[in-house]
Amino acid sequence: MSFFDQMKKKAAEAGNTDELKEDHVAKAEVKVEIVAEVEKVQTFELKEMPLEVEAAPVIKSDSKIDNSIGKHFAVGIDLGTTHCVLSYADITDIEAEFSQQVMGIPQLTSPSIIEAKLQLPSFLYQAHESELPANSIVLPWSEKPDFIIGEIARSLGSKTPIRLVSSAKSWLCHAGIDCKSPILPADAPDEVERVSPFEATKAYLEHMSSAWLHLHPNAPLSEQDLVLTVPASFDPAARELTVEAARAVGLNHAILLEEPQAALYSWIEQTKGDWRKHAKMGDVILVIDVGGGTTDLSLIAVTAKDGILDLTRVAVGEHILLGGDNMDLALAYTVKAKIEKDGKRLEPWQVQALTHSCRDAKEKIFSSDVISVPLVVPNRGSSLIDGALRSELTRDEVNSVLVEGFLPKVSVSERPISRPRGGLQTKGLPYAQDAGITRHLAAFLAKQQNAVNDLDGIDLPEGATFLHPTAVLFNGGVFKAEALSLRVMDVLNDWLENENSPEARLLAGADLDLAVARGAAYYGFVRKGKGVRIKGGTAAAYYVGIESAMPAVPGMPPEVQALCIAPFGMEEGTQIELPYADFGLIIGEQVRFRFFSSTTRREDVVGTRLDYWQDDEISELNEIEVTLDQDGHRSGEVVSVHLGAAVTEVGTLELLAFSNKDNGKWKIEFDVRN
Amino acid sequence: MDITNYMIDLTLKPTTFDLWHVCLAGTAAILAVALIFTLMSLLICLVSRKDTTNKEPQIKIVEKMVQSEPVIKIVEKIVEVPVEKIVERIVEVEKIIQIPAPAPIILKEANADAALQLLYLLQNDARFIDFIKEDMNAYSDEDVGAVARVIHEGCNKVLDEHFTFISIAKENEGDKITLLEGFDAAKVRVTGNIVGNPPFTGTIIHKGWQITDVRLPSTVQGYNSNVIAPAEVEL
Repeated sequence: MSFFDQMKKKAAEAGNTDELKEDHVAKAEVKVEIVAEVEKVQTFELKEMPLEVEAAPVIKSDSKIDNSIGKHFAVGIDLGTTHCVLSYADITDIEAEFSQQVMGIPQLTSPSIIEAKLQLPSFLYQAHESELPANSIVLPWSEKPDFIIGEIARSLGSKTPIRLVSSAKSWLCHAGIDCKSPILPADAPDEVERVSPFEATKAYLEHMSSAWLHLHPNAPLSEQDLVLTVPASFDPAARELTVEAARAVGLNHAILLEEPQAALYSWIEQTKGDWRKHAKMGDVILVIDVGGGTTDLSLIAVTAKDGILDLTRVAVGEHILLGGDNMDLALAYTVKAKIEKDGKRLEPWQVQALTHSCRDAKEKIFSSDVISVPLVVPNRGSSLIDGALRSELTRDEVNSVLVEGFLPKVSVSERPISRPRGGLQTKGLPYAQDAGITRHLAAFLAKQQNAVNDLDGIDLPEGATFLHPTAVLFNGGVFKAEALSLRVMDVLNDWLENENSPEARLLAGADLDLAVARGAAYYGFVRKGKGVRIKGGTAAAYYVGIESAMPAVPGMPPEVQALCIAPFGMEEGTQIELPYADFGLIIGEQVRFRFFSSTTRREDVVGTRLDYWQDDEISELNEIEVTLDQDGHRSGEVVSVHLGAAVTEVGTLELLAFSNKDNGKWKIEFDVRN
Repeated sequence: MDITNYMIDLTLKPTTFDLWHVCLAGTAAILAVALIFTLMSLLICLVSRKDTTNKEPQIKIVEKMVQSEPVIKIVEKIVEVPVEKIVERIVEVEKIIQIPAPAPIILKEANADAALQLLYLLQNDARFIDFIKEDMNAYSDEDVGAVARVIHEGCNKVLDEHFTFISIAKENEGDKITLLEGFDAAKVRVTGNIVGNPPFTGTIIHKGWQITDVRLPSTVQGYNSNVIAPAEVEL
């Protein structure tokens, strides 16, 4: 090779390296921006977790890592049926203005893709071992999460429903099942590993707790003022399970707040101290909270004491499994019927896609004045036009299905229709049989007619057949559609007008999607002595069933008396004992009691014995049980005890058995094992 | 036999001068010229060789740079900060190769991962690739239009979810606008009758788009971003 050739080659090589270099510089430059982010993101966990979350250049500002030390937060978690939201405020300086934000919760949105979203869908997916690419299920704080939850679970589950756990929360309040036994997904084939509703709830909390720690490495959630929301209609056992789930993931200080109350707190916060101008003494505020899967009703009265306005939650409704998802489904089935009239048959995936597009179409119809919105379900294959399903959703259909179907104009005397369930009832959730929310509302207001009798300054007109609310607060994404909230107001105001009461006002300005979490965070702040607090105590009176002493009649179950053990409106942090009813309990043996509640019997005090009651007055809950341990006693010994009840600061009801001889005390457990 | 009889006596001078001697003298002269030519060319060769040896160290340095390349690679992988060092080294190379440009033009290579990710999102949430790759000639406008609505809606959702858009011109399209001296030519492109000096007055044809915030998802290491949509098999 000549010198010249050699030189040419060298020069060429030099040129190449140069290009390569440029390449590196370019890449390095890009990296530099990212390094700043990534470094911040990873400092606290680099050693433990080799996983590298690459280069999302900017995440939403509310999901940035906050490394500061010594901060204290009020955190509210809305543990919803269909999704969870976490809102928080820095209350290190309690005197500073309260300002909160909703946390973007990092979650997998598809395999290997992590995104921060304001809502964590409450779904859990039990993937098949060969279903997903290896190492694709990773979270910024865990290389191998126990469960697949969040957006990815929802999207995987939409195509493989047999592996999807949904509505775990509704199961928690489902009498007659054991919430700690692995039963979900209910319809899964045997080989799919099941989880308990309790475990699923725990997993959602765990995810949010870890996400929080990831974003606030120096302020673990367990050390913050944490408020969890539960439906007002949750029974004591379901509340207990929620708190237990929180404790199981280390959130020992979590306290409970009822969702409709949280919505009102959020409204109060958003009025920035002005709420007293919008509410007046004698107001009865009706909170209508229609979530994705449940409808929750509450009444809150405004009273005045020494010239200061007070809020008291006077009544809560029943647990109604009826929500926004039912509405979308109803629309989808309307359109499905329309398409199938032409002889076409829809496959399940098409119905599901239809539900999706109906939801969007509904929003469009409600938010604009279009007459109809075309619906298209593209083909599943890569050729999406061929075989696409086409139809349309008209304003008339939306009105007739949603407004007339879910919010019919009914008289206040109507009640929800309930027909006996078919004999082949599978072990599923007790969904509401009547979709008419207004009928449920009428029943609730009529049932609670006497809710404000004890309060000064609130009087119903002569001959009223239901409790007259003076103001309404809506919550839940459903009411983003003005047509729906207007219809509720219309119906309610008709009822009021018929009984010569003034129209109810609409309390506006609430954030319908995020209000519950925001209100919960605000409640954490209120508990520090800042701002008005809603009083209320327990929303029901509780009774234990006692067999009455009478000769046995063959073929008849022994008569049961209900003994009031906790009266209506028992405040947090109080304890009541039931002195005159003694029971002889055998040490070492499990004793079970029947357990009842009433949301209307406000006058019953502790010790009241009921021989007779009406069906709609008292409802039976799961049994309660107590096992007296042998501590200081010998097995088989009979100990005389009396019962007592306490409402904890956390917001749960505790039933206790006190020994009459010594200081012995046993906790009576809510039966979750059925 | 006396050996001296056979020795050549170089001092001898030719006593006769005939044709043979003329030929001999001529040959000697040609040989001498040839020798001188050879020597001269050798000398030239040597000189030119000296020139090339002067360049040798340069090549060596370049070679060194080649060797140092893997080191830079490692730096990049660990994503540590000494990026400035890399830049310094580059400058060295530039000097030695003596590229006349004073500031090196560094071309930023587009990050393919982010592009692939965006395609993934558009396909996954809005079936964008399916739609664009569809043979449009096979379908009527009505069919295409119906599906286009779905795609459009989905794409718009994806864009809004991951980017924040604002328009550059605050005025409406069609409005007159005056551009002062020093206007940002990257944000405003003037066209048409560009003469004289600013301020320019013209009509807004397009209000422009600008992205103020990008929110792309993170990906787990080992994620194959080339897969825009996995094949789906229903069991």
